[in-house]
Amino acid sequence: MLWPPDWIAYLEGSELADTIRENDLLFPVIESVHVLAICLVVGSILVVDLRLLGLASVTRPVSRITSSILPLTWCAFAVAVVSGGLMFISNATKYLGNGFFIAKMVLIGVAGLNMVVFHFVGARDLPKWENQSRPPLRARLAGGLSILLWVALVVCGRWIGFTMRPG
Amino acid sequence: MTSAAVLSDLSKWLAATPLSHTIQTTGWIIPALQTIHILCVAVLFSSAILLDLRMWRLFQRDIALADVGQRFLPLIWAIVPILLITGGLLIVGEPRRSLLNSTFYLKMALLAFALALTGFLQWSLSSAPGFWDKDRGRRVAGRLAATVSILAWCGIIFAGRFIAYTQGG
Repeated sequence: MLWPPDWIAYLEGSELADTIRENDLLFPVIESVHVLAICLVVGSILVVDLRLLGLASVTRPVSRITSSILPLTWCAFAVAVVSGGLMFISNATKYLGNGFFIAKMVLIGVAGLNMVVFHFVGARDLPKWENQSRPPLRARLAGGLSILLWVALVVCGRWIGFTMRPG
Repeated sequence: MTSAAVLSDLSKWLAATPLSHTIQTTGWIIPALQTIHILCVAVLFSSAILLDLRMWRLFQRDIALADVGQRFLPLIWAIVPILLITGGLLIVGEPRRSLLNSTFYLKMALLAFALALTGFLQWSLSSAPGFWDKDRGRRVAGRLAATVSILAWCGIIFAGRFIAYTQGG
């Protein structure tokens, strides 16, 4: 089995990583797709968060909002992961040495955790309160926390670009 | 005097202003402005896409198109001024980066087009509830308009990112 550093070297030395590094157009195109996908993730999840906070779409049940929005969020997230992964392998060692990159990865983990906890704990009795314009405190906390986490994630993302110049 | 020379002079003048000097010499201002700019783009872009998806009948089909418009269109117009302010400050901070960059003008042209299209969609929704449902032709036209809108907003984001790669005189 390869140890993590070997994996990094393997990814970085792959033909795909080489192509992304060498081609002048490829990195900016992947980066643009990444920005586009992140915009859609953040903007669409905000619609859900604002509903949980009781600040928008309050006449719609929470589950109607999540079922109409989250498929789009997940599609955009998948695109963001793939495009982000491609940028990562083109310069893996440097990204791993960047504090903002590490922070961004941690924030994705925490945002995911927030979602899982809300799904399995906070929203267990969702049918009871999903029609309320102002959901219970635990739902409002999950929504507010989600907004803060995604904003912080975008901050880290932009700062990665200023603290390392890949490609 | 050619327009390029005028823009070059304008860039020089802007770059010499105290505001530009502050933005240039305070390292965190440009990334902070760009972050606010991108967060606003996220809200505007998602609002536009959701409305366009509704026109494709792929999102909130059980709500009237006009109601979906009422939820997301005001948000689009509210965000535009913040984008103009943060974008304007970024130009003041680094005038040559955009004013002497054709990608920037492509972005502005696409923005003008996308906003005009959004205005037209808003007018169509308020003029008649079933504007895009009148007959088969209207339904096709509605989907076409939604597709063009999606492409225009995607083009704006691409052009925005490419400004960083096409600067330099």
